[in-house]
Amino acid sequence: MIPAAFEYVRAESAGEAISLIGQHGDEAKFLAGGHSLLPLMKLRLAQPSVLVDIGRVRDLSYIRDAGDHIAIGALTRHMDVETSALLKQHVPLLAHAAGHVGDPQVRHRGTMGGTIAHADPASDLPATTLALGATYVAQGPNGTREIAAADFYQGFLTSALAPDEMLTEVRVPKMQGAGWSFQKFNRRAQDWAIVGVAAWRRNGSAGVALVNMGSTPIMANAVSAALAGGASVADAAQLAADDAEPQSDLNASIEYRTHLAKVLVRRALEEASN
Amino acid sequence: MTVTDDRPAGVLGSRLLRREDPALLTGEAKYTNDLHLPGALHLALVRSPHAHARIVSIDLSAAKAAAGVVAAYTGAELAGLWAAPMPCAWPVTADMKNPAHFPVATTKVAYVGDAVAVVLATSETAARDAVELVDVRYDKLPAVIDLEDALSDRVVIHDELGTNKSYKWDLKIEGHEGAIDQAFAAAAHTVKERYVQQRLLPMAMEPRAVAAVPQPFGGDMTLYSATQVPHILKVMTALTLGIPEHQMRVVCPAVGGGFGSKLNVYAEELLCVALARKHKLPVRWNEERGENAHATIHGRGQIQDMELAADADGRITAVRVRILGDMGAYLQLVTPGIPLLGAFLYAGVYDIPLYDFSCTSVFTTMTPTDAYRGAGRPEATYAIERAVDALADKMGIDPMELRKRNFIRKEQFPYTAMTGLVYDSGDHLAAAQMAAGLADYDGVRARQATQNVPGAKKRLGIGQASYFEMCGLAPSRVLASLNYSAGGWEAATVRVLPTNKIQVVTGTSPHGQGHETSWSMIVADKLGVSPDDVDVLHSDTAIAPLGLDTYGSRSLPVGGVAIAIACDKVIDKAKKIAAHQLEANEDDLEFAGGTFSVKGTPERSMPLAAIAFEAFTAHNLPDGLEPNLEAHVTYDPPNFSWPFGTHICTVEIDVETGQVEVLQYVAVDDCGNQVNPLIVEGQVHGGVIQGLAQALFEEAVYDTEGNLKNASLAEYLVPAASDVPGLTLGHTITPSPTNQLGVKGIGEAGTIGAAPAVINAVVDALSGLGVTSVPMPASPHNVWKAIQAAQNGASK
Ligand SMILES: Cc1cc2nc3c(=O)[nH]c(=O)nc-3n(C[C@H](O)[C@H](O)[C@H](O)COP(=O)(O)OP(=O)(O)OC[C@H]3O[C@@H](n4cnc5c(N)ncnc54)[C@H](O)[C@@H]3O)c2cc1C
Repeated sequence: MIPAAFEYVRAESAGEAISLIGQHGDEAKFLAGGHSLLPLMKLRLAQPSVLVDIGRVRDLSYIRDAGDHIAIGALTRHMDVETSALLKQHVPLLAHAAGHVGDPQVRHRGTMGGTIAHADPASDLPATTLALGATYVAQGPNGTREIAAADFYQGFLTSALAPDEMLTEVRVPKMQGAGWSFQKFNRRAQDWAIVGVAAWRRNGSAGVALVNMGSTPIMANAVSAALAGGASVADAAQLAADDAEPQSDLNASIEYRTHLAKVLVRRALEEASN
Repeated sequence: MTVTDDRPAGVLGSRLLRREDPALLTGEAKYTNDLHLPGALHLALVRSPHAHARIVSIDLSAAKAAAGVVAAYTGAELAGLWAAPMPCAWPVTADMKNPAHFPVATTKVAYVGDAVAVVLATSETAARDAVELVDVRYDKLPAVIDLEDALSDRVVIHDELGTNKSYKWDLKIEGHEGAIDQAFAAAAHTVKERYVQQRLLPMAMEPRAVAAVPQPFGGDMTLYSATQVPHILKVMTALTLGIPEHQMRVVCPAVGGGFGSKLNVYAEELLCVALARKHKLPVRWNEERGENAHATIHGRGQIQDMELAADADGRITAVRVRILGDMGAYLQLVTPGIPLLGAFLYAGVYDIPLYDFSCTSVFTTMTPTDAYRGAGRPEATYAIERAVDALADKMGIDPMELRKRNFIRKEQFPYTAMTGLVYDSGDHLAAAQMAAGLADYDGVRARQATQNVPGAKKRLGIGQASYFEMCGLAPSRVLASLNYSAGGWEAATVRVLPTNKIQVVTGTSPHGQGHETSWSMIVADKLGVSPDDVDVLHSDTAIAPLGLDTYGSRSLPVGGVAIAIACDKVIDKAKKIAAHQLEANEDDLEFAGGTFSVKGTPERSMPLAAIAFEAFTAHNLPDGLEPNLEAHVTYDPPNFSWPFGTHICTVEIDVETGQVEVLQYVAVDDCGNQVNPLIVEGQVHGGVIQGLAQALFEEAVYDTEGNLKNASLAEYLVPAASDVPGLTLGHTITPSPTNQLGVKGIGEAGTIGAAPAVINAVVDALSGLGVTSVPMPASPHNVWKAIQAAQNGASK
């Protein structure tokens, strides 16, 4: 549980962080809440030679009403997302999902930017923001760009971010009164989901994303398409895993995961309809 | 029957807060890892990544050249340091096979985590970094992780033994053998079941930690260790390293839990001492969590074949048990004895006339197993309690009713079991009835009838386990009959200081149990002082040179009783002084509230405080009486202690996902008189959750290559507070007739009752779907598979 040796530098702003990362090259990593990165380092599964600590870039910790969407700064802690009145009003699904990340300690340390950038298919907020059609803002040496959540997740723990790009903001469209549900199936309250579902429904449309059903968070597009075509919730839910490539692990075989996805999507759609 | 009955209500039996807690809760308590040892060398071990392999070569050169590294050694280079192999204190049979086991392997490794080399460096980080630089070449051999595969000798792990079978131990009772076959032939009902006790990781919150410190003068060695057994460790270190025993001192600073995993003599302890002697410097080692999962002993690991025969009324007439035990790669301190601690309990709480037990134990290429909370007794209780439910199911009668027909009745105590052991006292019916009332057993059964209809999404289940525990280890002669190499006595000294403060020295070694609080209460009650005036010294072999430590729910019924007897001796001596001073006849004196007075003339009195001072000055003592007021006692109990009880668990199962929710958990435990009910409840809480964890959450999972797949707390699912139900506790009180306090052990009881109660509830919930068994842990996946299998079976 002792990481390999590394250097530590603290950045006071996004610009400084990006230039520090640029200086140190490939072996450098941003350190936000550290709740994904440090465990990997302690197991020596990650051995960055420099950590650029962005944890104190305070002006990136905010939740703002930006008209059609809510803008969340990358350094906003899960606990602030969970308890935000603004989010509870306009994006209740995200606030609720944030309350299901790990335990209170994790939620006080982990950040929005960190969980998105880490791109863990088993994490709750990547899939939730994906379901909500979020846009992520990345800042690099040559300025900022916007990346649609649907284009962001490229493989296991791999995102569209360049090594010298920093995620600065997450933009989540307002839900406009859509029904929603977040289903997290796990064995202990603090654990990652064995399977999770984030879903919303409004009029004829629906968005359903799955947690831990492949190497990235994924949309269950077959489900929303079937619903749009008039299928019943029960029938649509049968298509939950059509686009998934679940893995087996100690908690679930592929078959069981697939079954869980169908059950949880059905429950999510039922709850989102009420 | 007991002294407490005719004593005024006082400190004994009160809910005194634990004096240990402020330091533990504020982080003030000092653990082995907190010791400040300037100049100490840090030990790190190079561990095998393979379950079974020959060591081809070890290259230490890069590690030796690394910054901060002082030395590095292979197992062969250390071989000269060992006077004897690592100890196994329980050769259960004369022909038991026990491979020579040294702290560092020399030619072969036999489990993932087996040490092959060590590094000493000036810091822990330098030592751990250098481990990564050691280049070890292995010649891989096949892993053996299945017990029946091990027994087949397809792959023999220890070449020199020629077999993987360590021993076969039979508890055959004269005259029973033929009779048992007859009983099964004549039975109206029989059940034959196979149960698997999965491997468990003890996961004490504090991993192990060791520091060996050579004393500046005279060649003595102090070994600090996060251990449950300082006294055993002292003897064994002396023997294994060839150190004169009087030059070894073992100290346990605060110890953060053990659950049996620190009841051992470990390679790292021996290495730290041996290397501290060699380098003439302190040597310390701290275990990492992942290392703890591999290098600290595991618990359970048994396949149990269980058979019951019963007559037409469901009276059980015979029990036949065949155990296949998983020893792991080597025999640690008491590895082979663990199944024997359960061997006598497969008849449970029932009056069963015929008994046949046999255990075969095998080596595998996994971490050695050893004592884990309950050690043998949870396994036994699980098997009999699951089998009784299976019998009830077969007969179509309520399992509670079947139990009532078979309970040993209150009036049969003391009850001599067919195994020859005498169960001291008990009232199983009373405990079961109290538990049934608290759990609303009949109400749940009624709700089941309406809820568990075909197609129900959530099914309700209720399960019971009634247990009898053999604990309070133990009468030394009984241990001898089981070939155990040590006794079961405990030592105590009670010393009244000149100012009437009391010093107690105990041979028990608490690591979370609250002995300081409980022992002070016993003394306070006996001597009429405040518990605050009693200091309890322990866990340092220089201060408490005699003792047999803490395990097997023994500390109160053996060590606590020893203290009570020592108090009696102090009172006897004080009485002589009081009689002398008051010029009264000893027989005319009575002792109450800390004061001796002459019966009928209470104004002629003398408080213990005054007597203590007289004893100290020795100016005016009776002729021939030694100065000072203290007594030393070594107490060997006449019998085990036999706590018992009934646990009832109510669950609801999500049939679609297989998830089990515990709706209610009732535990009624009878540990005789309770010194401190708060501490009793704490032990029951922890114990029940640990048993429930085996039933629902925990399992050390190995792949076919012999790799432990869940060696971290992220993957090994120790439940947290939010994952477990609130507990409803009840107690009946049936004092033990064999000790003056009337007490029985309570440390392991919760664990023993919990697993079968939970699994019986799970199977009960699903019985309408055709499910007759669910493996432990009853994870959602396992439960779902059981439902699928039953439904597929039904549709065929
Ligand atoms: C015990 C425990 C339980 C947990 N349970 C859950 C759970 O149930 N559900 C869940 O979703 N998560 C869970 N987590 C993970 C937690 O949510 C993490 O905090 C989160 O995933 C990562 O956020 P962080 O700020 O800690 O990121 P860090 O660990 O600091 O960083 C993670 C990665 O992202 C990079 N990074 C961080 N910020 C940025 C940025 N702004 N721009 C570019 N790259 C960046 C880092 O370089 C690193 O590679 C758990 C963690 C722990 C320790």
